[in-house]
Amino acid sequence: MDTTSYSLEWQDLTLWRGERCLQQGLKGKLASGQAITLKGPNGCGKTTLLRTLCGLSQPETGKVLWQGKQIHKIRNKFHAHLAYSGHNNGLKRDLSTRENLRFAARLRGRHTNQNELLNGLRLTACADLPVRNLSAGQQRRASLALILGSGAEFWVLDEPFTNLDRSGCEWLARRCNDHLGMGGLLLTAGHQDSLLNPERETIIELAGAN
Amino acid sequence: MLQAFQLVISRELQMAFRRWSDLALPVIFFMIVCMLFPLAVGQDQAILQKIGPGAIWVAALLATLLSLNTLYREDFDDGTLEQLALSTQPLTILLLAKTVAHWIVTELPLIAITPLLTLGFNLPAEGVYGLMLTLLAGTPALSLLGSVGAALTAGLHQASGLIALLLLPLTIPILIFGARAADLAASGQSIAGPLYLLGGLSVLALTLCPFATAAAVRVSLD
Amino acid sequence: MWNWFHKLASPPHFYRIASAFEPWLLWLAIACMLTGAYGGLVLAPADHVQGDGFRIIYVHVPAAFLSMFSYALMAVASGIGLIWRMKLAFSVAAATAPVGAAFTFLALVTGAIWGQPMWGSYWEWDPRLTSELILLFLFLGYIFLRQALAETRQADRASGILALVGVVNLPIIHYSVEWWNSIHQGPSLIKLEAPSITTDMLWPLLAMIIGYQLLFLAILMTSVRTQVLQREQNARWITEQLGTENIHG
Repeated sequence: MDTTSYSLEWQDLTLWRGERCLQQGLKGKLASGQAITLKGPNGCGKTTLLRTLCGLSQPETGKVLWQGKQIHKIRNKFHAHLAYSGHNNGLKRDLSTRENLRFAARLRGRHTNQNELLNGLRLTACADLPVRNLSAGQQRRASLALILGSGAEFWVLDEPFTNLDRSGCEWLARRCNDHLGMGGLLLTAGHQDSLLNPERETIIELAGAN
Repeated sequence: MLQAFQLVISRELQMAFRRWSDLALPVIFFMIVCMLFPLAVGQDQAILQKIGPGAIWVAALLATLLSLNTLYREDFDDGTLEQLALSTQPLTILLLAKTVAHWIVTELPLIAITPLLTLGFNLPAEGVYGLMLTLLAGTPALSLLGSVGAALTAGLHQASGLIALLLLPLTIPILIFGARAADLAASGQSIAGPLYLLGGLSVLALTLCPFATAAAVRVSLD
Repeated sequence: MWNWFHKLASPPHFYRIASAFEPWLLWLAIACMLTGAYGGLVLAPADHVQGDGFRIIYVHVPAAFLSMFSYALMAVASGIGLIWRMKLAFSVAAATAPVGAAFTFLALVTGAIWGQPMWGSYWEWDPRLTSELILLFLFLGYIFLRQALAETRQADRASGILALVGVVNLPIIHYSVEWWNSIHQGPSLIKLEAPSITTDMLWPLLAMIIGYQLLFLAILMTSVRTQVLQREQNARWITEQLGTENIHG
């Protein structure tokens, strides 16, 4: 990871789902070394906001800026710095964890040390099994391996602690804190009490839709 | 970019060969539909010979349609589609690679099995060769158009029949030119004219459809 | 010009203009159609080949014309919506589809009724009727796709892409059907051609076409207004607008 500092900024975001306005006039900023955790009741638009900030969803109004430029105008450049993990784990069920990781890395034009990653996630034993044979927790870990191995500065994790056991949660939190320490950016949504370094973390409570 | 293209194709092929049942299903469906025609029309050799090329084209169209349902739906469900949409490579190229893989996995086996099926319609040898040529020239357009339809309906689970309604009217020109050329071939005439038209349609589809597919995938993910 | 365009595209403004124009369009349409019907059914002489049967063109031709026109309009509106992210354009596209499908259906039915005395059967694979039938399926695909996508914004964009793909394909379909017909055409087939037309047959036809077009616009206005109301149901201007209307009414 290089030492350039990055920033993501969003202004006047209005989010709609169907005929319903979820959030209005959202603005915020995330810079290198900082984390933002979105909290709020179900259906308040946490996932929609995450997806909007990645450029997967389009906001009804407002802008999302990466390094001061609108993300859909510099899409490929922005994606080079972005790693997203959503509700679906982003793994092909018929391929093994190793094959999935290799594909993701090569698509980014990278070579990652898979063994270290798999060891850390305690996946070495099942790394060559098709993903569909893994338990939900193991699939979650494999999915997180995609993020950890991506080399991206900006991590977007939607409820990353779901399905993880206690030691898994702690391990992930440690990795996230390391990431922040190295100047990474982190954006998560979740219900759990945070395990992140409180000095770096900002919690945004989204109001429930009315 | 070319590397990403190859990467996606090789992954798709790898997965297809791991699930050979998905690979075989359209081929079996193709064979069954072709078998239905003689059963419905009767065994009159002259009639079968006359409808043969058209019937095989219709069957190929339906078999393609069957395979398209899953083209993006699975990727949509497991989240790999959004990973592709967030990759550093142009989505158009990645999806084109998936479409090419679909053609290799679905259409090539159909074309390969065609000679066997023409026996049932008693087609002459030169007709078989011509029919395969028309399928070879026309099915790329079918896959490309189909990929737009599959992308539009990727997130729709309840509406698996919808893709047929969206696509079949759009594929009519391919069917007309394809069946006509195959017909000409069966009666021993030159098929150059309709074959060029078919190839032209495939080239046109190649230049326009990938962009529509990419746009449709982004809409489906929104 | 650009300013005016933007102003028209704002839903409240459009809603007001459409409400004001709609009755005028409707009355003008009725006037044109009555004139055309009188001219076509009473004044125009019977055709020397087809007799009184030809008079169905006063319904068939305008309906067929409108079916194509509405598909083109739908595609153009979708394109504008996709490029400039204009919601009103999507409303227009969405409102056009069912109206267009209805006119396509009318053109098909009148074509078949006309075909009965001409061909001796209700359906011949005449290239124009075949194209019209395919057009009906294209409309239905658009409508069903919109129906399946619950989210309005997604439905707008997805169906817009479909309309654009369809409109590129439409000339190819039309050409291929013509070509197909020219090969398979039977030896002695009377085609559905407008008979060699005289002035007193022609002007009622033009009046009918204009009348249909105005009727189409009037229906479209109502339909777009409904769309706008649905989409903006939470906007403040709606309560204001409807509030004042209630007071007046």
